[in-house]
Amino acid sequence: MDISKEFRERGRVDILLRQIRQEATEKYIFMEVCGGHTTAIHSYGIPGLLPGSINLISGPGCPVCVTSESFLDHAIALSAMPGILVATFGDLLRVPGGGTSLEKEKAAGASIIVVYSINEALDLAAKNKDKMVVFLAIGFETTAPGTAAGVLDAGKRGLANFFILSAHKIMPPAMRAVVEGGTNVNGFICPGHVSAITGSGIYGFLPDDFGIGCVISGFEPVDILQSVLMLIRQVNRKDPGVEVQYTRAVRPEGNPKAMNIMKQVFKVSDQWWRGFGTIPGSGLQLKPEYEKSDAGKVFPAPPQRQPVESLCMCGSILRGTHTPADCPLFGTGCTPADPAGACMVSAEGACHAFHKYTMSL
Amino acid sequence: MPEISTHILMGHGSGGEMMRNLIEELFLPHFGQPFPGGTADSAVLPVSSLLPVFTTDSYVVDPVLFPGGNIGTIAICGTVNDLAVTGANARFISAGFIIEEGLPLATLREIVVTMAEEADKAGVKIVTGDTKVVEKGKADKLFINTTGIGYMEERHFHIHRAGNAGPGDLIIINGYIGDHSIAVLSARESLMLTTPAISDCSSLGGMIGEVLDNSDGIHWMRDVTRGGLASVACELAASKDYGVKLLEPFIPVRDPVRSACEMLGYDPLYLANEGKVIMVVAREEADKVLGIMKNHPLGTRAAIIGELTGLHPGTVVLQTAIGGSRILQPLAGEQLPRIC
Amino acid sequence: MCLSIPVRIVTIEGGFATVSFGENTYRASLQLLEGMKPGDYVLLHAGFAIQKLDRQEAEETLRLIDEMQDLSDGKSGSDQ
Repeated sequence: MDISKEFRERGRVDILLRQIRQEATEKYIFMEVCGGHTTAIHSYGIPGLLPGSINLISGPGCPVCVTSESFLDHAIALSAMPGILVATFGDLLRVPGGGTSLEKEKAAGASIIVVYSINEALDLAAKNKDKMVVFLAIGFETTAPGTAAGVLDAGKRGLANFFILSAHKIMPPAMRAVVEGGTNVNGFICPGHVSAITGSGIYGFLPDDFGIGCVISGFEPVDILQSVLMLIRQVNRKDPGVEVQYTRAVRPEGNPKAMNIMKQVFKVSDQWWRGFGTIPGSGLQLKPEYEKSDAGKVFPAPPQRQPVESLCMCGSILRGTHTPADCPLFGTGCTPADPAGACMVSAEGACHAFHKYTMSL
Repeated sequence: MPEISTHILMGHGSGGEMMRNLIEELFLPHFGQPFPGGTADSAVLPVSSLLPVFTTDSYVVDPVLFPGGNIGTIAICGTVNDLAVTGANARFISAGFIIEEGLPLATLREIVVTMAEEADKAGVKIVTGDTKVVEKGKADKLFINTTGIGYMEERHFHIHRAGNAGPGDLIIINGYIGDHSIAVLSARESLMLTTPAISDCSSLGGMIGEVLDNSDGIHWMRDVTRGGLASVACELAASKDYGVKLLEPFIPVRDPVRSACEMLGYDPLYLANEGKVIMVVAREEADKVLGIMKNHPLGTRAAIIGELTGLHPGTVVLQTAIGGSRILQPLAGEQLPRIC
Repeated sequence: MCLSIPVRIVTIEGGFATVSFGENTYRASLQLLEGMKPGDYVLLHAGFAIQKLDRQEAEETLRLIDEMQDLSDGKSGSDQ
């Protein structure tokens, strides 16, 4: 059985759409907080298939979009230093920072290498002992355990020339920030792959403290539509809770081994999010015993720049109070090829997805 | 005869004896002697009553050898295909090589041999060429420029301007998309991905010639290369006289290509190809054209994948596998492996 | 976020597994999972197997949806 194909079947999509149309008797605003969901929703054209009474909006779930400019400035400064190779996921390459980007710096000669996995960055360090390799560690709970494993591996392999610059973040505090800032969201489509690691317990505060329901969802169209249906039912019965649609990957306990490795290497820190500012306890930094691998400590950050005034509305778009179309830069001063704000950079950014899939429809 | 060393040296581009050896021992035996009446520096070509068509393209690819082809075969196929989609029959090609010092001679030999074979298959003659060697680090192994000349019947003049295209026309592609990109990607060592995908690199002149000989219903053609199917569709829609509607379920994508895309966060519609053409065909001719393509080895998986429509002029809309729709934009920048 | 795909473990060697998906194979790290064996389906993310996939749960999810169809078929059947 090809699991993915089963969850893309047109027949099942139609069943769910029919059921949704039957049961959607009110107006609903559901927020996904995972860029993977944003991409899937738009690439399958799901919004156009749903009744008009259901509005899907994108929250702060794209790690690239919420990454701070100062992190990017730091990365760019490192890439310009002699003897340093910067290894990064492709996601970060086009993010604008201080009038430049890693992509532009790479073109100008900076040593920047795109990798799919931290394991490639480790091999790079092993092969280039005369260089210092700095891996740009971004992502949520799904990605952070791999970074932690990489840091431990570097120790075991004696790679003293391997460092990470961490902008890792954790999801629940950001979701809390969204609802505490005031929101009209009726339900959250929760990130399936974050939850595969953390388990389903991390969202309890949403129904308990705020009366907002959650469904942890997979990423195929059938998954997303079933999750929408489950959220509609929660709203209709006025019985918000945490439900798991993505049961094939998400268990209550998550992945304890991955969580343990993450906790062994990282400590929780305050973290700056684009659009939100500093959110207490929302970031992950290396513990003191791993500081020798911490590029943030070993190679100090460049001085803070004055933030540039911009009309970019990334912040309020991530909070769900505005849509990309509300932004004065959208589609003219800010496009995927020349992004002004981070939401336009990543394919899973709300503005990028909106531009790519729905512009002028 | 002196052995010409195992790697390219600066001297191979010096214009002296080493260069003459390289040309006489490597290039000429495979590419053949210059066209009768010409010299090594310039070719003299026959005149024709047909319209001459002229194209040039430079080729850079990393790595230079990949499953299903190499930089040399795409330098032949790419130029032949550029002529073929204009409606011309490719006849003569020039080949300019810019070689990085230190390139293994065995690699260059493999490239030259397969180029000659590809040119033979495509029915074109490599009639003139040039070799330069640059210091290590000043180029990436090997760059090739090819320029092609072909001849076109006047009745095909409308094709490159889409002169007869209009709403109702159907869009046909000759097979699977994305194989080339994924094959090249997998040939890069650092990514530990192995895939059965091999480049679709091929000269389409023969197949396109058969179609043009048997149907007057071809209204536009384009080879689908960098930027992928989506970008070519956007080019087609750019005239704003009509919109383009593509049907995702009918677009041929192999399983390994689709799943490699899912792993890396790529969209198959934006992957490069080196042996794909899309044709805009008069609706009543479509079945015939599809039949001709399917009977050709390069078109066995040909499919009707969409149509021109009056509904959304200037815009490309993809109808998705689950019945939704989305707008396709031209490729905004090279696709990069992503985790999010 | 978090692009992740289902893959099948073919062989295991040291801390790594050769995983297959759509006729491709990739060398994935097993450092984050315990007790995996060939034949298991796992989620692959950024080079790591991050969670085992439960095929029975997948089938159960699909069954629930397919039953909605049967229910509404039954309903429309009785309406006629």
